[in-house]
Amino acid sequence: MKRNTRKPRPRAVETEARSRPAQQPRGKINAYFTHHLWVLVSSLGQLWRTPFSTLMTTAVIGIALALPAGLHVLLNNVQQLSSGWDDSAQVSLFIKQGVPEERIRSLADKLRDWDGVAEVRYISREQALAEFRELSGFGDALDSLAENPLPAVLVLRPTLTQAEPVPMEQLLERLRQLDAVDQAQLDMEWVRRLNGIIEVGKRGALLLGALLAMAILLVVGNTIRLTIYARREEIIITKLIGATNAFIRRPFLYTGFWYGLMGAIVAWLLVAVFLGLLSAPVSRLSSLYDSQFRLGGLDFITSLSLLLSGIFLGLVGSWLAVGRHLQAIEPT
Amino acid sequence: MIQFDNVSKRYPGGHEALSGVSFHIQPGEMAFLTGHSGAGKSSLLKLIALIERSSRGQVFVDGQNLSRLKGRHIPHLRRKIGIVFQSHNLLFDRTVFDNVALPLIIAGYHQSEVGRRVRAALDKVGLLNRDKAYPITLSGGEQQRVGIARAVVNRPPLLLADEPTGNLDPELSREIMGLFEEFNRVGVSVLIATHDHDLISRLDHRLLTLSGGRLVRDGRTGELAASA
Ligand SMILES: Nc1ncnc2c1ncn2[C@@H]1O[C@H](COP(=O)(O)OP(=O)(O)OP(=O)(O)O)[C@@H](O)[C@H]1O
Ligand SMILES: [Mg+2]
Repeated sequence: MKRNTRKPRPRAVETEARSRPAQQPRGKINAYFTHHLWVLVSSLGQLWRTPFSTLMTTAVIGIALALPAGLHVLLNNVQQLSSGWDDSAQVSLFIKQGVPEERIRSLADKLRDWDGVAEVRYISREQALAEFRELSGFGDALDSLAENPLPAVLVLRPTLTQAEPVPMEQLLERLRQLDAVDQAQLDMEWVRRLNGIIEVGKRGALLLGALLAMAILLVVGNTIRLTIYARREEIIITKLIGATNAFIRRPFLYTGFWYGLMGAIVAWLLVAVFLGLLSAPVSRLSSLYDSQFRLGGLDFITSLSLLLSGIFLGLVGSWLAVGRHLQAIEPT
Repeated sequence: MIQFDNVSKRYPGGHEALSGVSFHIQPGEMAFLTGHSGAGKSSLLKLIALIERSSRGQVFVDGQNLSRLKGRHIPHLRRKIGIVFQSHNLLFDRTVFDNVALPLIIAGYHQSEVGRRVRAALDKVGLLNRDKAYPITLSGGEQQRVGIARAVVNRPPLLLADEPTGNLDPELSREIMGLFEEFNRVGVSVLIATHDHDLISRLDHRLLTLSGGRLVRDGRTGELAASA
């Protein structure tokens, strides 16, 4: 054994040492918060010292969070888009052949008084034919017909929105029972189907989110478990000098907190980049459709819930690992 | 300070490391514990710090019956005991200062108080100027002294040491023992397990001798020289 160069230089020890250590050290509350802050910072430092494994874990958490979050944002966008179309929903009433014009006009007047009908426009058979001729370019073919094949149409714009689908259904039913009406057709039926599909998609995103949340718990739990075993010696020593379980648990919980927070930030960036990459082609596409639609990004609420769920999952994952593995480490 | 009443310790393997041990160490007393390898010295110290629990009999520390002490109260017992370990010593990824500060941080002392006490403890063991060093850069003797500083920084009423001079040369060993005597002089109860007879025969303290897990002699260290 190497001889040390400095000799112990014993000093008179203060007689204070005889008295019991202060049970209630000064400024204990203050010291408690200082300690928490210190652990918070030092657990981040610990992660910084193993950048590769930290990055790996953070990336896994980030991707797992980004998938449901990105899906959620996309579905919200599609819903936004289709709710714009909702307003332009209209009902076309095809009038039976041979119904005289006055009856159609009085029917239109009657319909204007109905609940849920905002506007009624009358398109006579002649107007319909003219419109068709203009739009289709089949003018010559039409000329060869002896009689106008097109029915008169009443176009209704309902005040009801798609958000209240049952009254719309009722309105259609009432319109179909009218004598003069051959057919009542909701032009934007497919919007409602799309909304249904979006609802299914959202439910799917939720389920996917639940599955991935479990995956995150496992990833964080396993990472913390490895950290616990890597710091086994430290845990034993601190237990031997009187650390409570809460004290020993703390740095691992904060580590989980950091993993969750950093994972959420990575997820946020991934979704933002993803949306950024999509936004240019989406704008181009919507301008082709004469639409003002622009892809919406991560709003404040979504961002906040992303961060909070990341932190929550990080904390719970580390809590589970700590609960299982810390008890097993005892000094011998 | 420490009281053993007919204490036995049987390890799960069935081996009885201690059998029917009784003794009483008064507050402020200093005692050595000796015996052949495997005699049960470390086991006895572990019972005091509740690293192990006795199989039979009762252990009292500072008036507390340890067999009745619940798990969640163990940390508070250990804060009353400064332990210098045979193995498990320092945290090698932290500075000397941080190692010595650990018991104070655990007990929730204020930052300024921590600095003051750590410096006082390091001063006592003559390492005040090495506070920013990492343990790996210190010699074996210096590391041992850091361990002692950590054990006393909280000013515990009881100090336990298991082979504190285990692999140190005679001169350094004497200095370390001098440190313990000094803590004892200010009222700390001290119990040291060692098999270094040469070293302790020159001192005058109580000596407990274990053999095969039994307490075979309870006398003074001076008797060692006489019997040798
Ligand atoms: N955890 C354990 N499980 C089973 N047996 C143990 C355990 N610890 C110690 N023993 C046994 O108990 C007996 C006493 O061991 P102990 O460590 O107390 O001896 P010691 O006097 O400290 O010896 P040494 O001088 O070598 O350190 C030994 O026979 C040892 O094998
Ligand atoms: Mg031993």
